Amino acid sequence: MALLEVNGLKVHFHTRDGLVKAVDDVSFSVDCGETLAIVGESGSGKSVTCYSLLDLLPKPPAKIEGGTAVFDGIDLLTCDAAQMRRFRSNDIAMIFQDPMTSLNPFITVGEQLIEPLIYNPDKSRRQTRPDARMRAIELLDEVGIIDPEKRFDCYPHEFSGGMRQRVMIAMALINEPRLLICDEPTTALDVTIQAQILALIKTLQQKRNVAVIFISHDLGVVAGIADKVVVMCEGTVRETNDADGIFYRTQDDYTKKLLAAIPEGPKVMQSRAQADSTMIQVSNLKTYFRDHSKASIGAAKNYIKAVDGVSLQIQRGEILGLVGESGSGKSTLGRSILQLAPITEGSVSFDGTELNTLTPKQLVPWRRKMQMIFQDPYASLNPRMTVYETLAEPLLYHGLAHSKNIDQQVQLLMDDVGLARASLRKYPHEFSGGQRQRIAIGRAIATKPELIIADEPVSALDVTIQAQVLDLILNLVERHNLTMLFISHDLSVVRYISDRVVVMNKGVIIECGDTEALWANPQQQYTQQLLKAIPLADPKSERLRMADS
Amino acid sequence: MDSNSLDTMAEKGTSLWEDAWIKLRKNRLALMGLGLLIFLCLVSLLTPWIAPYGYEEQDLLMGATPPSAEHWLGTDVFGRDMLTRIMWGGRVSLMVGFIATAVALAIGVIYGAVAGYVGGRVDAVMMRLVDILYALPFMIFIILLMVVFGRNLLLLFFAIGAVEWLTMARIVRGQVMSLRKQEFVEAAHSLGLSQWIIIRRHIIPNTLGPVIVYTTLTIPSVMLLEAFLSFLGLGIQPPQSSWGLLINYGVETMEEYPWLLIFPGIALSLTLFALNFLGDGLRDALDPRTSKD
Amino acid sequence: MLRFALGRLLQAIPVLLVVITMTFLLVHSAPGGPFSADKAVPAEVLEALEAQYNLDQPLWQQYISYLGDVVRGDMGPSFKYPGRSVNELILSGLGTTAELGLYAMMVAVFIGVIAGVTASMRPNTMQDYVPMTAAMIGICMPSFLLGPLLVLVFGIHLEWLPVSGWNQIPGDKILPAITLGTGYAAYIARLSRGGMLEVLSQDYIRTARAKGLSEFLIIGKHALRGGLIPVVAFLGPAFAGLLGGSFVVETIYQIPGLGRFYVQAAFNRDYTMILGTTVFFATLIIVFNLLSDMLAVWLNPKLRQQVRGV
Repeated sequence: MALLEVNGLKVHFHTRDGLVKAVDDVSFSVDCGETLAIVGESGSGKSVTCYSLLDLLPKPPAKIEGGTAVFDGIDLLTCDAAQMRRFRSNDIAMIFQDPMTSLNPFITVGEQLIEPLIYNPDKSRRQTRPDARMRAIELLDEVGIIDPEKRFDCYPHEFSGGMRQRVMIAMALINEPRLLICDEPTTALDVTIQAQILALIKTLQQKRNVAVIFISHDLGVVAGIADKVVVMCEGTVRETNDADGIFYRTQDDYTKKLLAAIPEGPKVMQSRAQADSTMIQVSNLKTYFRDHSKASIGAAKNYIKAVDGVSLQIQRGEILGLVGESGSGKSTLGRSILQLAPITEGSVSFDGTELNTLTPKQLVPWRRKMQMIFQDPYASLNPRMTVYETLAEPLLYHGLAHSKNIDQQVQLLMDDVGLARASLRKYPHEFSGGQRQRIAIGRAIATKPELIIADEPVSALDVTIQAQVLDLILNLVERHNLTMLFISHDLSVVRYISDRVVVMNKGVIIECGDTEALWANPQQQYTQQLLKAIPLADPKSERLRMADS
Repeated sequence: MDSNSLDTMAEKGTSLWEDAWIKLRKNRLALMGLGLLIFLCLVSLLTPWIAPYGYEEQDLLMGATPPSAEHWLGTDVFGRDMLTRIMWGGRVSLMVGFIATAVALAIGVIYGAVAGYVGGRVDAVMMRLVDILYALPFMIFIILLMVVFGRNLLLLFFAIGAVEWLTMARIVRGQVMSLRKQEFVEAAHSLGLSQWIIIRRHIIPNTLGPVIVYTTLTIPSVMLLEAFLSFLGLGIQPPQSSWGLLINYGVETMEEYPWLLIFPGIALSLTLFALNFLGDGLRDALDPRTSKD
Repeated sequence: MLRFALGRLLQAIPVLLVVITMTFLLVHSAPGGPFSADKAVPAEVLEALEAQYNLDQPLWQQYISYLGDVVRGDMGPSFKYPGRSVNELILSGLGTTAELGLYAMMVAVFIGVIAGVTASMRPNTMQDYVPMTAAMIGICMPSFLLGPLLVLVFGIHLEWLPVSGWNQIPGDKILPAITLGTGYAAYIARLSRGGMLEVLSQDYIRTARAKGLSEFLIIGKHALRGGLIPVVAFLGPAFAGLLGGSFVVETIYQIPGLGRFYVQAAFNRDYTMILGTTVFFATLIIVFNLLSDMLAVWLNPKLRQQVRGV
């Protein structure tokens, strides 16, 4: 008998808009020392499955409608509250997605760490505060927190995201659980930090022989650590197999679709860059912001140097990828080029015209020529305007259509981005994330621009949707002769789409070059680290890499 | 490709306003509040024609009588019909509520919108001023004003409006500030739209929700302030009357004639209930977070 | 923290100056002097009186000399009560009002927080509806209505509690404290419910639950601190409101406190008394706003460190 056996689990949500079968007849098992990955897109029910094991779902609206989850001979779904508390504190631990919000900001990290020890529901397992503190400091050291003695008394806001996730892992392990559930533990982290955390989880698991359930939307992330994989879709299990079986020999259509959607390998299409024609010339650009968090208390003027002396060219017709981790200044650079962020120093020219010297009025005709696509499809559309209004606005404002042919023009835009004409009168909240991003793309190409700056346009989307939107973008670039600056933290996506790549870190350019040349032979150490950290959907090579580190 | 009119071929969407209305319709308390409020406004408007007795009509010989078939809510010590007095008092109370709120709304929205949209140093100075005004003991100032310049209805509107605009300004500013950073506003900028179009089409429609909610909740607090002042004898002046003043008179004789206190009290409390329930209902209905699930 | 407090106190000086100036100008632009009510006073006596109180000097001179007095902590003599200074009058009423305010604040905070937290633990159940309906009644039942009704029911009908006076019969403080505190209890109940619901939906509460902590610890240790920040921020304004409410409550229950003095002074056009009490109230309100701000900063470790880190 396995450590945990889930059989026929059904979880339904009773919402105002009706019944949602979030989890519908899901079964799997996991044993000590084994890592089970549950993979699926958003809405597949993967997180709900795991939350229901520890009774962490809000009830109502959630309701467990059937099934069993036998852990160590006891059904987790029907045991009483006291038993559940014992399981939670001693046997089953959980790590959550967002380390920034998962720790209590009002309580020191150390205090939060030792709580499962000093308040253990099993009186016999309770420890005194000094003992608990010793144990916590040991564990902090083990998960790689430097100077744990001192850090013990710090508050969560004094830790970076990666460090907080390490603290979360220490907290999960403090009572030596037998099952560790990780809910997308690396999704909110940068790629280099992600690699470290994955390696840490793997090491700790092997040392302690615990069972791990690893939830992820990203097949690449689980390739290296999973022994078994469960693929979920719309509340049901599509396929269960060992990792190699899933990645190399799958027969299931949905799994195949997921694997095919992972952007991998070099760009297929030829570069359309016109080598002799520079469209955008950025020279020694600096964009600084006042740091309000410190300045408000009356300290000397503090500046955040978001972009600190960047020079680059964008050739007409090319797709230039801009890669960097969070806080690298890549988004600010994009906005500065479009004159949406105030430039502190330096210049941006478009076909030889210095944009930063123009008045807002003079800038209007240039604005038509350059457009932006944003990351968050929820925030980038005005929630009170219909799709029709959103798409018609730029057309009418720039005189690209008149009242007679506006309807037809808007319909053509809808065709262009692959949306049904019939949904023109709908509002943004009635669309899915991918559809909204298509609307936003439609708005950007409405003015018939020459340059489009796309700021993480697919990061908020599921992998299958991401693939569709990427192909749409490539298609539009081709058909409308666009030039594009494609900003992303995801190196695989950038490789898939761009002709040339610029790597940014801490406000400056680290390295730049043709995509494939850079991938084959990165010159700078930072670039090498970045490229090495990319998770691949290939268990064999991933396992080798894990063993290395 | 046929180019028939959009309306014949398009599915109709549901706007956030329609969404909110659907949600509000399911909230029974808020609907009751809305109904009661409409009823009260109608009664107040029509009072001169539908009041059972004349405003000045008294019957000193009869004096105070408990509720009866002729006088549903009884009469006061001068033999005046309480229902009539409460109806006339309601006119004043509601008027103060609506007009002073309108004053607060006008000042607060413009001030807050300018501070939030312009931002930077202008915003810092403008909000500093609001902070300073917040620290002033306004209740005391209003009392002082009423004492010094006499009990003047117009002055009361402005005094109360001048206090209540501060919170409105803060709410609108916060809203505008966060909207300004939203990507769809940035997108509008990158489309090259003019400032005015951005404000009119993208900012204002999205600030309306919180403004409506707060307005609904300001009216009862203004009415309360008026009643408070009238109760102290510093607000509305006879021969005009308001619910606060009626409560004041009712307290003097409550041992002998408790209905003179209870009925105006019920009128005031019910109105406050109606407005507060409606305000809470609107807040739930317009809250974007509840519209996502 | 000390520097933060000092900085905020410094900011309070211009506010106070504005208060003094506005009040001074308002009071002096009033039609009818303080002695105009007593018609029997002959002209020469009036002149002598005005000279005695410096009312014959130009306005700006009166203003300057008044400012000087205030800085020295002297609010001047009362117009209405000859021979008594405003300081004395304020002091004589202060103790009573402070005691009333303290009890009312206790009523407000204890009942409000308990009701709000209870309601937030099971939203949209009876455990939520009952206290929140009570809170709504509390908000829609202003003190000048609640007070008389309480007197009518508990004082006159049931004869359980005394209905006037202060510190004379045992139990005469109960009704005033409840009358003054109820509205704020209702407000605090709604604020703490909202704050708690916000916090209880945070990820870190889920973390605490996943660690196997008891509900008591989750609410008491993990949620309460963040959930009550809105309440703490409200304490300053609530204090200002309580002061205003004391005007009504002290009038209803005939309590010899500052509030009643103020209302009387306003009716009597007792210039120096109005000025003195206004300045005094403003100072109090500013101090309490400062305390409530400091408490809010202290409760939030991030803000606390920013303040300390200067």
